[in-house]
Amino acid sequence: MKTVKLDARNLLCPMPVIRVQNRVLELDPGTLLEATCTDPGVLNDIPAWCRINGHRIVDTRVEGSDYIITVKVGECSNE
Amino acid sequence: MTEKRKAVVLVSGGLDSLLAAKVVQDQGVHVEGINFYTGFCVEGHTHAIRKSDKARPKRNNALWVAEQLGMKLHIIDIIEEYKNVVLNPKHGYGANLNPCLDCKVFMVSKAREWIERNGFDFIVTGEVVGQRPMSQRKETMPVVSSESGADDLLLRPLSARNLPETLPEREGWVYREQLHGFSGRSRKPQISLAKQYGFDDYAQPAGGCCFLTDANYSAKLSDLWQTRGEKHYELDDIMLLKVGRHLRPRPHFKVIIAREEGESRFLQGYRKQFSHLETVSHTGPLALVDGDVDAEDMELIARLVARYSKGRGEKQVELEVTGLDGVRHRLTVAPLLAHEIPGTWLL
Repeated sequence: MKTVKLDARNLLCPMPVIRVQNRVLELDPGTLLEATCTDPGVLNDIPAWCRINGHRIVDTRVEGSDYIITVKVGECSNE
Repeated sequence: MTEKRKAVVLVSGGLDSLLAAKVVQDQGVHVEGINFYTGFCVEGHTHAIRKSDKARPKRNNALWVAEQLGMKLHIIDIIEEYKNVVLNPKHGYGANLNPCLDCKVFMVSKAREWIERNGFDFIVTGEVVGQRPMSQRKETMPVVSSESGADDLLLRPLSARNLPETLPEREGWVYREQLHGFSGRSRKPQISLAKQYGFDDYAQPAGGCCFLTDANYSAKLSDLWQTRGEKHYELDDIMLLKVGRHLRPRPHFKVIIAREEGESRFLQGYRKQFSHLETVSHTGPLALVDGDVDAEDMELIARLVARYSKGRGEKQVELEVTGLDGVRHRLTVAPLLAHEIPGTWLL
């Protein structure tokens, strides 16, 4: 399965969510998007955005000061 | 079968847009949300920055609203375009540097463009006649409709019965009698309606959802423009104004001193862009220096930073100073006494 990486470090919410949202728009359903972030707010905000918009969190891990969240792009399109 | 109409609601994360969306949803309209991110939004940042806020939930209220309603939310970055609204507001500022009327016109016009691109039928906002002194007055609400180009595609469900009929009402997409006639500054009707719907955990930011309505924040932004000699800002500028104590001991430089550990950590991200100081002999805050300073200025800054360290009562405090070129040196100074810091330094 294809995994696309996104660097959203040193951004405060909601910017990491916006970056994830805009990248997801360009990806095919089923693609995995791995976002690396530093704002702990993403632990709530990216899953909330995914629940609302029909995508799924498949992995969340912490590496040092990075929060790495993997999103599986759903069938639903956004804008 | 009647075609299901589609509306987009401007979601701030507060109660009014939540209720406005719900009222329209309950009439069978498909509703999605738009949340515009200007850079000045109170939402999120300060929670992320301040350690003392750790106990508070870090939810994004716009996302929370969307989840309550089971609707999609589109978060749109308008940081660059929004600068013109802040720098050149046609209708001027409110009590502080808040260009509320221009802001609302701009956001509704962006929503109008969005519905055209996405095949939606109309726009919903949580505006209430008389709720806000600038953008939500009986005289200014038609200005928002007309200058945004939304005209009668803009429905305010909480106040609709106080306003001229809109296209969604005329066309029977929504029933006017099921809309509301709220007006004035009282929050009681909204709180009562929230109770009816079973919403009880909604956000109620005391100063609204925008830093520009805050007097202290506006004073710091005004200082930024004055000292730079031009009205201009970048995202980093407006983020930094949200963090730390800002003191201007001399016209040509400003010192940003973290107030607690979370702010120190946040300011660390800016160390490459500013000369900065950290206390060595005692626990203390990180401080950034904005401006060109000489050795005498730096000594004063070191004494100031020492004042905000655990060594404030000691005779001497040692600090490490890092210049813009990355070169480090140490200074040992006597912390300033409280009376040596005039109130006028604090922005």
